[in-house]
Amino acid sequence: MTDMQSPDPRPQTPDPKLDASCGLPLLALSGGAALWLVVGSALAMIASIKFHAPDFLADCPWLTYGRVQPAADDALLYGFCIPTALGVMLWIFARLSRTPLSMPLVAVAAANVWHLGVLIGLAGILIGDSTGFAWLEFPRGGSVLLLAAFLLIAICATATFGQRKERELYPSHWFLLAALLWFPWIYATGNLFLVAWPVRGVVQAAIDYWFANNLLFVWLGLAGVGTAFYFLPKLVRRPLQSRYLALFAFWTLILFGTWCGIPQGAPLPVWMPTLSAGAAALLLLPLLAVGMVAWRTVWGSVKSKWDNRPFCFIGAGMDCFVLSTLMLIAMACPQIGRVTEFTWFGPAQTQLQLYGFFAMTMFGAIYYILPRVVGFDWPFPKLVRVHFWISLLGILLLIVPLAIGGVIQGLKWTNPGVAVVDVAKATLPFLRVSTTGLLWILLGNLLFALNIFALTLVWKLALLRKAVAIVKTPLTTAEAKA
Amino acid sequence: MRNGASIFLAVFIALGLSWCGFVLAPTRQLGGAKQATILNSSDRYPLGRPGEANLGLQVYRANGCAACHTEQVRQSGVTCDVVLANAGKNPGVVSNLVSTSKLKELTKEEADGVSQKIAVAGGKTEIHIVATGPDIARGWGMRQSVAEDYLYDYPVQLGNLRAGPDLANTGVREPDLNWQLVHLYLPASEVNGSMMPPFRYLFEVRKIGAAPSPDALVFPKGFGPPAGYAVVPKPEARALAAYLLSLRVNVPLYSAPFTQ
Repeated sequence: MTDMQSPDPRPQTPDPKLDASCGLPLLALSGGAALWLVVGSALAMIASIKFHAPDFLADCPWLTYGRVQPAADDALLYGFCIPTALGVMLWIFARLSRTPLSMPLVAVAAANVWHLGVLIGLAGILIGDSTGFAWLEFPRGGSVLLLAAFLLIAICATATFGQRKERELYPSHWFLLAALLWFPWIYATGNLFLVAWPVRGVVQAAIDYWFANNLLFVWLGLAGVGTAFYFLPKLVRRPLQSRYLALFAFWTLILFGTWCGIPQGAPLPVWMPTLSAGAAALLLLPLLAVGMVAWRTVWGSVKSKWDNRPFCFIGAGMDCFVLSTLMLIAMACPQIGRVTEFTWFGPAQTQLQLYGFFAMTMFGAIYYILPRVVGFDWPFPKLVRVHFWISLLGILLLIVPLAIGGVIQGLKWTNPGVAVVDVAKATLPFLRVSTTGLLWILLGNLLFALNIFALTLVWKLALLRKAVAIVKTPLTTAEAKA
Repeated sequence: MRNGASIFLAVFIALGLSWCGFVLAPTRQLGGAKQATILNSSDRYPLGRPGEANLGLQVYRANGCAACHTEQVRQSGVTCDVVLANAGKNPGVVSNLVSTSKLKELTKEEADGVSQKIAVAGGKTEIHIVATGPDIARGWGMRQSVAEDYLYDYPVQLGNLRAGPDLANTGVREPDLNWQLVHLYLPASEVNGSMMPPFRYLFEVRKIGAAPSPDALVFPKGFGPPAGYAVVPKPEARALAAYLLSLRVNVPLYSAPFTQ
């Protein structure tokens, strides 16, 4: 139980070799991810503008709403969230193991394969090659590359884990190892049963619901909470409160979370949505446990924590996790679900989970890790603070109108006297406010990308300078003879 | 939780259970489903879509129509209506009974009771099953969608957002091919105030030559191309319209009964 006492999880003065071993893989993973993040929010803007003017870019088949919208979501999830989380995991595993990263070049190769897969997948959606299944839209070429890259990174992480100097596991280990096992299982299931050898009829929808919930709620939950449980104690310099509560959160999250996701009205045997609704109600347990661990760890710590930029991001991320899980539980409750099903409330919850919770947590982690692994501070440190407030504003302006608009839309759908066109019109003001939210998010993402690209440039220039210096140094006589 | 193996076991148990429950079990229960029999008939359902409509499903998938449209009708319950079939020998008593009792929106027991009373007086009645709920009241369908409705579709496009109307029965609501095509080309011409983006890229605007195309769209007054030009659907548009027309969920099944 050493980590219960140690305020800072594991090494106090980390081995510089350890951090340096993560440099190239992390730059490869998060550099590409920053690019997809900007691409994704630009696509989301295009999709949103179509609610202001349906004619906008209407003559361009690959920018039609039904292609741009899933492409934007997938760019955020597969382009940014997952690869960034993989990079953060590799670094956390190296730190917790107190050893340099195993096989860093494999991780670099995997990062490139992953981003190539995302490129093929997004291009596939835009040219009309989407599989048509929510969150599994990437055509075969893209998804095979994603799975291969994930497995390679999982091998690096497991090898690093195997070399750990301290046998005892830290709570983050549970969540992150589970995430490494979770993704290949659900992603392979989804692609095999829906794309490679498709099952018949409505079972496709059942498997897609199962996959989407296991990816968007459970996987993101495991990776995000695991990361937060590593960083929160570290940033406030207090131990995690407590290990047992974290264990409870872990078990309830994986046991109950994985059964959610089948909506009430789905044309499936009744036992499936009923089971899902029950599991969703039980989600209150992991939600309370995660909230208590985070709250008790942070509460009453150093007063200046709001000057601590990574802490702001991760703290906001945890708040959004609580909110988005509450929204998920509400939607699964039959009385509320009847109104919110098929409305903008659903996308509001998804965006809160993806951007508010997960991306914010990852921003915090990346802002903490990258300067340490490349050995330079952020080129524009002030922009980090600006990025935080801009994204917070963006999330607020995106989620709140969508959620309220969704409830109003749902109430109008349940009243058969309101014409279809009038229901759509009632949501328009809310959709239009959410466009401004997307604009702020796009701006924040640009600042993030700017910092990452500038940092990469600084790092490359330093490498170049070093190489030039080595070439320029006159050879010693011994070397000249050899 | 002292080593990696215990985490592996935890994941295996938790995810394995839900995999068996939500992937394996529905595959076993529904994956081998066959056609159902239509209630009070020997006809089988569904019959599979015609070839062009099947191509149209791929156009529907490729253009992400499911981003804004669902294909599933929800139902809150059923009510029974008692309908007099034959007044019998005592028409005065029966008509008195019929005019004094409540005959619509009854539960099964109430309907049986009323039916019994009328039968005692000598009249003959039928009990009609009526599906209820906002979707049904909107005219989006006669009953809820059930697993059988999607038996031959790949990919199944249930959708999860209704930015526009549900399409499970659009072939019943708008059975006119020209209406569907014009609506795809210029939605606002058919539905005043529609926010649907136009799908002009599925059509060609051609100069009318010596022999006008028989496929050219017929627009409502005030819309349409300039004089001397005609809008002709490309094969994709024709396929998509054929698919939309094939969306007809209008037969009663054992799992979703209603009286036609």
